Amino acid sequence: MNLPILDFMAKRKVAGAGSIALLLISVASLTLNGLNFGLDFTGGTLVEVGFPEPVDTEQVRSQLEEAGFVNGVVQHFGSDREVLVRMPPQATGDPAALGDRILSTIQAEAPDAAMRQSNFVGPVVGEELAESAGLAILTALAVVMLYILFRFTKQFSVGAVGALAHDVLLVLGIFSVFQWTFDLAVVAAVLAVVGYSLNDTIVVSDRIRENFRTVRRGTPIDIINKSLNQTLGRTLVTSLTTLLVLLALLLAGGEGIRGFAAALTIGVVIGTYSSIYIAANILVLMNISREDLLPPEKENAKESYP
Amino acid sequence: MGSIDVIGTNLLGLPQTSKQRAPNTHPLGRYLFVLAIVLLGALYAAPNLFQPDPALQIKPEDPDQALDAALLEKARRALEEAGIAVPAAETGAGSAFLRLSRDEDQLRGREVLMQALSGLDEHYIVALTRLPTTPAWLQDLGAKPMSLGLDLSGGVHLLLQVDMDKFIGDRMLAMQETARDALVDARLRYMGRDWVDGTRLRIPFRTVAARDEAATLLAEQFQGFESSSIDDQEQPSLEFAMLDEHLRQMEDAAISQNLQSLRNRVNELGVSEPLVQRLGRERIVLDLPGIQDSAEAKRIINKFANLQFRLVAMPGDRSSLTEVYDYEGGPVTLLRKNIVTGDQVTSANQDYDPETAQPQVSIGLDSDGGRRMNEATRDNVGRSMAIIFIEQKPRTRTVLVEGQETVERYSEEERRLISVATIQSALGYNFRITGLELGEARDLALLLRAGALAAPMYIVEERTVGASLGEDNIDRGRQSVTVGFLLVMLFMLLRYRGFGLAADLALTANLMLLMAVMSILGATLTLPGIAGIVLTVGMAVDANVLIFSRIREELKDRPPQQAIQAGFERALLTILDANITTFFVAIILFSIGSGPVKGFAVTLAVGIVTSVFTAVMCTRSLVNLMYGGRTLEALRI
Repeated sequence: MNLPILDFMAKRKVAGAGSIALLLISVASLTLNGLNFGLDFTGGTLVEVGFPEPVDTEQVRSQLEEAGFVNGVVQHFGSDREVLVRMPPQATGDPAALGDRILSTIQAEAPDAAMRQSNFVGPVVGEELAESAGLAILTALAVVMLYILFRFTKQFSVGAVGALAHDVLLVLGIFSVFQWTFDLAVVAAVLAVVGYSLNDTIVVSDRIRENFRTVRRGTPIDIINKSLNQTLGRTLVTSLTTLLVLLALLLAGGEGIRGFAAALTIGVVIGTYSSIYIAANILVLMNISREDLLPPEKENAKESYP
Repeated sequence: MGSIDVIGTNLLGLPQTSKQRAPNTHPLGRYLFVLAIVLLGALYAAPNLFQPDPALQIKPEDPDQALDAALLEKARRALEEAGIAVPAAETGAGSAFLRLSRDEDQLRGREVLMQALSGLDEHYIVALTRLPTTPAWLQDLGAKPMSLGLDLSGGVHLLLQVDMDKFIGDRMLAMQETARDALVDARLRYMGRDWVDGTRLRIPFRTVAARDEAATLLAEQFQGFESSSIDDQEQPSLEFAMLDEHLRQMEDAAISQNLQSLRNRVNELGVSEPLVQRLGRERIVLDLPGIQDSAEAKRIINKFANLQFRLVAMPGDRSSLTEVYDYEGGPVTLLRKNIVTGDQVTSANQDYDPETAQPQVSIGLDSDGGRRMNEATRDNVGRSMAIIFIEQKPRTRTVLVEGQETVERYSEEERRLISVATIQSALGYNFRITGLELGEARDLALLLRAGALAAPMYIVEERTVGASLGEDNIDRGRQSVTVGFLLVMLFMLLRYRGFGLAADLALTANLMLLMAVMSILGATLTLPGIAGIVLTVGMAVDANVLIFSRIREELKDRPPQQAIQAGFERALLTILDANITTFFVAIILFSIGSGPVKGFAVTLAVGIVTSVFTAVMCTRSLVNLMYGGRTLEALRI
């Protein structure tokens, strides 16, 4: 099976424009709608209750309202026998005991209902978690930039981080547009996307560097195009196997891990695209040339194959 | 790199030496090395295949107390009489363990055992636990299964904030009382009575002479404070400011005492493998696997209760030395000074007054407490002694912070006079307290036994997972790993045929090594951790894919054996580059992330290491065995 030689770089302006448009939409949505932050970041109480029989959420909601709990969200979780109650801090009572009080209110009507999970996050802790999550993403980007600067050149470093920032922003943008719950697990997924997309970008960059050193003819754009074609088979296969396991997670992993799997699935698709278009595009924009990549003599001897 | 030379020598028909091997073959030792690693991996991953048994653990409260076979037999009989099957019972590590056959029996079994053991002299603690079913020979090799995180085993995770302001404030007030007592004893005239301001204490005096005398007098008491004499507005005063170092020491001591007290309380709750750990400057993490009733756990853990024993004031006592309490509708004036507090209690048990059948708490004091109690009561027979029950209750109030209504946590101290009784004779080390309700008496006994908390705490984060969700999570995790693994295996086989088979075998080895390393490291498996494993499965083949695509490319202008050789060597640098950076990301995840993120990061990091090893070493060896050392006309890849 041989893949045809595709002229990726011919479409680079179209791709660039498309990416910029999507980035603008993401930034706009993030500023206007913001993210639908989960309990981890907002603080509050979340109780998942399992019922032996299917149950109507309306009924649970009115029951809780009668008991004086205000501003709660009641929804099915996974199946119509599981109900998720999310409640902001209430004006009275010990906030750490709110979950217990919600549970006993529900159990007063349905004695067979069982607690499946009960989470309480205090407001201070929520803020700290949000801070450390943001810090983690930024540190990851900075460390990656330094490592690539050390292993490759300035252009590759900017290209890789540009591609990563692009991926992170788009994933956040999609979570913002659809108002999916954004919690700690999604942050972990975003960081995994950084890792994955980086992997892709480095494989492509590695080949571009190698070809700049060994291929004597052609413009930088030709060489980048050739490199992208050479790595295309591998890029597609790896994305496919990763998507296969993510599919398994989405289908079999259950409700608790859905946000994580969704973020990763989107991230892998975007990451694959960005390693082809964004990273390479930035290389062209920054006028990468053969001279930038002339290796030190010793390394040259090692790299050139007989 | 030497491959062309090697082929050349072979064409000459020279005998092979270790340096001149046929293309793509390893020395035997290399194959054996790879095989040995994989087998070791299989061995240490194996314990994870054995499901642990539900079990009950019985331990005596006094660790020196031995457990005999009779007790084990008694427990076993009690369970069997209650219709709970006990397939095996054993003793070890100062505890008795009874294996059960069904999870549902655990909670009921605990009740049965607590009932059966309650009549004995010794106090026993019954805990829910799980016992490995790993065969003995594997256990002897140190192989053990990964422990399950709370999201898989079910249980309670709490993050507690220690109320340091309150703690330091209380200490400062205590210092104030002691200082005043010393000044009264030395007949030095001071002014006012509220001297404390944060971590400072300022005492105004009438005369400079009194101030200077007091400075010498109090110097010893205020060690760890910086003292200064101030003369403003013709008001000589003495100020003590706590040094930061001393503050830090007090905080550390408070946290240590809270940790110890929490460990004791958790023990009483019957948790077999709790985690009680300090986090940062003023927080404590508490993991209680297997606990089902989180409300009960939280009530006991966060309860701050103490006792104070004081003499009732005589008519002539100075008013600055006394306090007034309500007792049965009327005021009672007590001395401020404590004879003894709950900290000096060594044993406390709730039982019943044989005459009135009212609940009571029998208390034993330590030597210092007993001596003080004896001294105080000996000289005061006929006078009255009062017992104050102190409880810190978590409260909230809504306050305006920057124009926003926020709910603020604070703890409120509730003091209640529970008994006033005439001292009939000199008291010693042991006595009883009445006047409490049954629940209060039971909790008080437990809390006095476990030791008081030095500083009040409140819960800032709780994550409780019920047993049913935990089991669901395990099932789902297992399913996703299996489905993902099979899909990837099938794909690789279809796409790369023979090489795909090598990759599939390497992937299997990878999964085993990943489990083995995690088990050996003693890592905890969580749901995000399982997600990390699934992701590793998907991404681990990447290194193989890189190698195979490279071989395919090299085939265009090289004979098969050289192409294989070149493919592996050229892909290596790319594999390392790509994986080292991802490894960095995993490290960052681990160091900055919390809870779920950490579990994911650990599997991701370990997965990267095992993936690189299996792709580079295992796949290479397998490909060599399959294709190396023979003449290949064409290569299908």
